[in-house]
Parts: sequence; C-alpha cells; structure tokens
Amino acid sequence: MLAPLIHILPLATIMRTRLMPVEGKIIAGVGQKVNPTDTVAEAVVGRKHLVIDVAQKLDIPQRDVARFIKVKKGQQVARGDLLAESQGLFGKEVTAPANGTIVATGSGKIVIETGGAVFQLQAGIPGVITQAIGLRGVVIRATGGVAQGVWGNGKLDYGIMHSVMESPEDVFEPARIDVSLRGMILLGGHVETQKVFQNAAELTVRGLVVSSLNPALLQAATQAPFPVLVLEGFGRRPMNTNAYKLLSTNVKRDVSLNAETPNRQNLVSRHEGNARPEIFIPLPVSQEPPEPREAETFAPGQLVRVVFLSKPGRQGTILQLRPMAALPNGIKTNSAEVRLENGEQILAPLTNLEVLG
Amino acid sequence: MPASLIDGNSLLAVDVGAVTTRAAYFDVVEGQYRFIGMGHCPTTNIGATRNLVLGVQLAVENLQSLTGKQLIDEDGRLLIPSQPDGSGVDGMVTTFSVGAPIKTLVIGLLPEVSLKSIEKLAHATYARVVDSISLNDPRRLDEQVNAIIRHSPELVLIAGGVDGGASQSINNLIETVGLSAYLMPDGQRPAMLYAGNRALAGSIRAALSKIASELVICPNVRPALEVEALGPAQRELASLTTNIRQRQMPELDELRTLSGGIILPSAYAQGRMVRFLSSYYGGNKYVLSVDIGASSVSLAASFGEHLHLNVFPHFGLGEPLAGLLKHTTLDDIARWLPMEMPIETVRDYLYQKSLYPQYIPATREELFIEQAIARQNLLLSTHTMVQRLPGRYRNQGGLLPSFEPILAGGAVLTNAPSLGQKLLMLLDGLQPAGITTLVLDHNNLLSMLGVAAEVNSLLPVQVMDAGALAYLATVISPVSDAAYGTPIVRVKLIREDGTAMTSEVNMGNLQILPLDSGQTARLELRPLRNADVGLGPGRAGAVDVIGSSLGVVIDARGRPLRLPPNAAERIKLLKKWLKTVGG
Repeated sequence: MLAPLIHILPLATIMRTRLMPVEGKIIAGVGQKVNPTDTVAEAVVGRKHLVIDVAQKLDIPQRDVARFIKVKKGQQVARGDLLAESQGLFGKEVTAPANGTIVATGSGKIVIETGGAVFQLQAGIPGVITQAIGLRGVVIRATGGVAQGVWGNGKLDYGIMHSVMESPEDVFEPARIDVSLRGMILLGGHVETQKVFQNAAELTVRGLVVSSLNPALLQAATQAPFPVLVLEGFGRRPMNTNAYKLLSTNVKRDVSLNAETPNRQNLVSRHEGNARPEIFIPLPVSQEPPEPREAETFAPGQLVRVVFLSKPGRQGTILQLRPMAALPNGIKTNSAEVRLENGEQILAPLTNLEVLG
Repeated sequence: MPASLIDGNSLLAVDVGAVTTRAAYFDVVEGQYRFIGMGHCPTTNIGATRNLVLGVQLAVENLQSLTGKQLIDEDGRLLIPSQPDGSGVDGMVTTFSVGAPIKTLVIGLLPEVSLKSIEKLAHATYARVVDSISLNDPRRLDEQVNAIIRHSPELVLIAGGVDGGASQSINNLIETVGLSAYLMPDGQRPAMLYAGNRALAGSIRAALSKIASELVICPNVRPALEVEALGPAQRELASLTTNIRQRQMPELDELRTLSGGIILPSAYAQGRMVRFLSSYYGGNKYVLSVDIGASSVSLAASFGEHLHLNVFPHFGLGEPLAGLLKHTTLDDIARWLPMEMPIETVRDYLYQKSLYPQYIPATREELFIEQAIARQNLLLSTHTMVQRLPGRYRNQGGLLPSFEPILAGGAVLTNAPSLGQKLLMLLDGLQPAGITTLVLDHNNLLSMLGVAAEVNSLLPVQVMDAGALAYLATVISPVSDAAYGTPIVRVKLIREDGTAMTSEVNMGNLQILPLDSGQTARLELRPLRNADVGLGPGRAGAVDVIGSSLGVVIDARGRPLRLPPNAAERIKLLKKWLKTVGG
C-alpha cells in the first residue's frame, strides 16, 4: 500500500512552488538567486467595482445611452470626471464617484474598477528560481533541513529561531515569551491558552512552531499576525522525537516558516500538492544533497509515526505487515506490527501510519 | 444500452472517493453477472503522488492480486477490451466523490419558489452554496457584483419564472451574473446551468455562452408554480459537476476516456440506482439509500420515479469534521457514547480526524467516538432531508417516511466489527418509523451499480439478485406517545415449522425476536394504546419477515428517540442496547 510520507530531514534539496492567488507579473527570472524576503512576483488583488446606472441617472432609455457616454473601456478616471451627459436645455451629467478604471460599458451602465492592493509574493526561502509558473508564481530550489507539520495558519515569515521548549512534552507557558525574544521565530510545545498568541503578538514575534494546539484556539491561531505551524495536531500531543531533535539543535539559525497551506474548507489547512506546512533551515553545502523521496510503499524496517486521534501519536519501526489483521477493537484492516521507541510492540492500521523520511 | 450478456461481458467499475479509490470487477459466471472482487488504494490526490490515475492503477493492481485475473499489462496499461488469452476487461465505468465542495451561487426569482427549487438542485451534488440572489435581495447591484467576484463561484445555478411567465426580472438577474463573470479573470469564470423559463433559453445562451466557462440550458425546475421537476436538471448537473472536477483534476480526462465517457458523480449514480430499485421492487415501494462517506453524507430517497437526492458535504466523516461544531454541539455527539470520557477527547478527535480523514479507529474508545459522530451526522442529515421533502411524502412529527428497504453503505458502517453496531448506528441515526428492512451495502457497490447501469441494465439486477448486498434485519419501530415502560405492541412470530413465540414490548425497549438467517416467518403485530406499527394508528396486521443473525428487531425506544439527560443513566441504557444486539 502507498504510504504517506512526512519529511523531517537534517539536510535535503527541496523544490517549492510559490503561487499568487491571481495572475500578475513575475519579477524574478529563472536562475536568479533569491532571499526569503525578496519579491518574486506581484499582482493587484481586492479590487471593487462601482456600477453606475447611466440610463437611470440621465432618465433616458437604455438603448439610447451609448451615444451619451464620454468614456471608453480601459480609460482611467478621477473622482468628478465626466462619464456621460445628455443634451438639451435641461441636459444632465453623470460624473465618476471615485478614482478608477472603466472596465465595462453597456446595458445603460458604466462599471468602474477601483481600489485594490498590490500583493507581493515573497520567495519565503533562500534559493534559486528554477521555473516560472505562468503569471502565477515560481519554483525555487533550496538546500537545508526541513520539518513538515500538519496545520498552518496561512502565513509565512523568516527569522532567527529560538526555543522556549524544555522537552517534547512541554506545554507552552505564555510567560516564557519575554522581550528578549522580540522579532524571533519561537519553537514551543503544546499551546493551551490564547495568552500565548497575545504575548507573541505584543512582542512582534515572527512566528510560532508548536507541537500541538487546543482546538478552541483555532480562531486565535488563524488570526495571529504571524505564521503558526502545528507539527502534531490538535489536543495535547508531544513533538515527535525526530522533529524535536532537528529543531532544538538548530536554534539561533535563520529559518523560513511557511504555514501557507491551502485551505479547502476555510476551516483547517491541510497538506495538498507538495505543500505541507513546514519549517526550513537553510544550510550551506558544497554539494547538493538529494531531493527527498516522494512516494513509497509500506515495508518492514521503515521508521513511522503512529497516529492516534484520541491520544498522542508515537514513533516506531515497522516489524512486519499484517494483511486484514483484527485490531483490539474488532475492526479488521491491513495493518503493521510496529515496535515503538520504548520497546512496546503494537498492531496499527496502515492508514494510521506516516513514513518519516 | 446492452441488456444482454452477449453485449455486456466483463466490467471494471472504479470509484474515486475522497479517501479511498476502489476497483470492482464484474463478470458472467454460470450465465449470470456476479461481483467477483474489489481492490482498494488510498486516493492519490495529495502530496507528490497527486494524480488520481495512479490510485486507480494501484487499486486495479490490488484487485488483480486478489482475484488472480490479469487486468493490466506490463507497462501498467489497463487491458481493454479483454484479450484472447482471457486477460483484460471488456469495459470500464467510473464514479467519483473526491474534491472539495464546489463553490456554488444560486439565483432564483422568488425565495420560496424558484430559488428554493434551485437550492434543492444544488443540494443534489457536492456543492457548497456560497451566496444566493433573488428579486428580494436588498443589496445594490454593485454590492451583488462585488460579492459574486469575492466568492469566485465555480458554479452558478439559475432558475426563475414558470414556463411562459415573466421574463424581465430574470433578465435583470442574468445581467448581474453576466457582468460579474465578465469582470472575473478568464480562468476563474464559473460554469453555469440555467433551468428557468424555457422561453428565455435563446437570450440566456446569447448573454452567457461567451462568459461562462461552460453553459448548460436544461428544462425548467419549476415549469409551473405548483410543479417542481428536478430530474432532468439533475442529470445535466451531474455532467457539469464532472466537467468542473475535470478542470480541477485534469487526469479525470484519462479515466473518462478509459470509461468510454461513462463517468458520474458517486451521489448521482447512487440516486440513479435507488430510483431503479424503487421501480424494481414495485411501484409502491419507497426506497432510501444512505452513504456515510469521508467527504459527505448522501441520502437518496426514491418514491417510485421521484428521486430526492441530498448530499451533505458538511457531514462527511473526514475533512469536514473540523467544521462540524458549526452544525451541532459536542454534547449532542457525546450523548451517543456508551462509555465515560472527557468531552475534550471527542473534540480533539473531530479536529485531528479532519487532518487524517483516512484514519481507522485503533482503540475501542476511538471506535465509539467515530460511531457517535456517525450517528449524529446521520441524524442531522436525515432531519434536513425530511424537511426538504415535498409535503405529500412527509408525515406528522417530521419522522422519516416509511422506506422499504433502507440500503446503507460507507466505511464507518462496513468497518464496524459487529452487525449489532451497524444496526444501532442506523437505527439511532435514521430513526425509521413503522416496518422496514435494513440492507447493508458491505462492499459499497451501490454507486458503482448505478453507473454500470449506463452501459448494461442487466448487470445491476443480476449482481443484486446474487446477493451482493447483505440483508441486515427487519425492523419494526412503533410510534407511540405512551409513557416509558408501558406495553405498546404485542407480537407473535410464527415460524415456517409452526413454532411460535409471543412477546409484549414496552415503550422504551429494544427487543430481538430470534429468527435464524434464511428462515422466514409470519409476524403478527397488535398495537396497544393506539400505537402505530406502520399500519396506521392502532391498526393490527401481519407481515412476512426473513431472519438474520440479528433476528427480527422491535425498536420501541420511541420516535424521536430521546436519551436520558443524566449521563450515568444514559450510558447504562446505551450499553444495554448494545448488549441486546450482540455487542
């Protein structure tokens, strides 16, 4: 059976696609080296439209409006500019209610597009542009350590990582966020209170990487002004050993925190495409390491994360595959015998395993 | 459409679900079509293996290894048609439910007339209604336009006006939709379906065909004020849904080609099969099918030719669980648990399962949480479906109409380790009233048979006659307002061999009348205190019943079923019921 892979790697070459929500202009060229904060593409988003009913304002039939319109599609107009006027002794005028661009005329109406903000797509990771994806974005190649998570709040930033964790089982105490951590990306344990996000926002931290999150704080995490990456999930769950080792041994390094995962239901982000939310630790190399493998089938000897929903997940090694084995609760399904880190041996459904690699 | 064995031969049916891709093989054995075997693979729509075709290939390989039948050549290509050496398969059909709910805008003239009908149409597919616009909409034109652009719908469903009726008002709404779509970027323009006043079809085509990514004009869903006709539009919507998914997942095109164009949304295929069964079982039979999937719960109710198809994407047992508490409460889910546990455990399970929709409960505690969620979601789906039914099919008290049989599928049911657990989930979630038979689609074949009927009308009938579905139990659910503990029905079960058993069932009880699998019996029902056993209030009668390992079930726990508010009492009762049906 095809196995889901989760990457927790001390050194790898990764390819990451960065996309804008709409088409725009690609600024960085293929082959160009980029830093995380470099803008690689930009587009205008959030435009509003004003529909002006010229026929009604001039009090004339729709079919007659065209000859009274004084502007053309594509034309820029300023507030107060003349859009249309009727003739005669008692002729009327229609003027632009705001600055904007004429985007449509017809059926007795004029549509002005106004406002909008420039969306700048940052590289997010330091690397080399290898491909432009139409007018939507780019692909970047980079080398370093990577730890993937399961949930992100849709934001991205770059900064120095500092740990406030003492063990993988740690609970993130809000008081641990002090002024010395201003502007840093923080590695913490389970978040139980909203105060963690409040303190982090007050001290303008650049991001949080946490083992787990109380689901009641989902909204607070989503609205946090900085990226939030959850490595294990919801409810109190310790950080997996591999991720804890990798991250806690790389504190004080610059890291890229990409919690920009697609959000299918507008409720919870989850990995899609090649974009699991992740933390990336750029590392200099003399020779590029290989890209991580992207597909694997379950086999004995694999290091796996055993997911439990009602209790913390654990890590172990597959001893043997057991087709249609009966679980302790009576369900029969394709399973594996797994030896956990503490030596305990359990039977786990293959659907509940993720290969670490 | 072939209706003979000569034309049909073997068939591979593929279902690409939100979590699992399944491949079923059907062939002729001793002159009859039979279900031969099923292969599975996780659906490959995420991660680096983001190509649905890979999952299909792996499911077929799994099927190959289970059946010993070679279906794929050395290069991994499906062998269609079958080869002289016996390898391969003669045809393929596909259903799918994979993908996020389709963002849908509904447009109608009057909220209680055409808008209501077009909303019902939207509920017949994997859609999420993001906005609705009607004549009564208080927003200014540019507010409507900006809202549509902000929602960026993938699908716009439009109805309005009876045939031969008003046209100017619907034209104004069309102008709003057309302008909004025109202002959207080329690649983001929605597909559109018009099912309103047919006199406007020409002008609608002229106004929207160049703006919509695809435009379908179909018969009016409200041809007259009192007439609602969703059937023809449902067929067109199924086709449009497929095309939208294909734009999102271009590899569906490969599956479409392999399937000779026979590809349908699973829920539509399920509905098609249920409608067929409603006719097959006889004109007076009302048939209900339930599919509890990872991406949605689908309920297809057929009243003869009249199909009411309801898809509830927010009640799926996978990713949608993260949003479930918008529709229910933790307490309402936890009330179904036959054991004590902190409510936070249930809450964490919901959110964590949304991250791991393929997850299989690994402990007894998790199994009960999963089944509690399934009960609550089924209950909410059923309640909504009943409210949407036309008045002529609804009964007093908003109870489920009398369906015979009720077919049920979905992993939460088929994975349940005991028949009793499957039965209780269905009884608690659906709360049928009167006399019904519960049938388990234990291989989740129904939608596959529905799409197979597109190419071979004989296959579904013969496969079902051969026992592809598992008979679960006959259930009698009396409706009564008698006090708890009061006798409400006397029953007498007279077996074929002449032996009989009698029993008096009290209000609040769940009772099993033993009748072995395959045995038939006559069940006499004498209601007390004006209870309705499905024959009318206070009316006695007799029905023929078939035995199963669960026997014949008398569910006198009340309709609607009310659980004790006290947690200890409730858990004790739930445990007792579980024990009654075998644990």
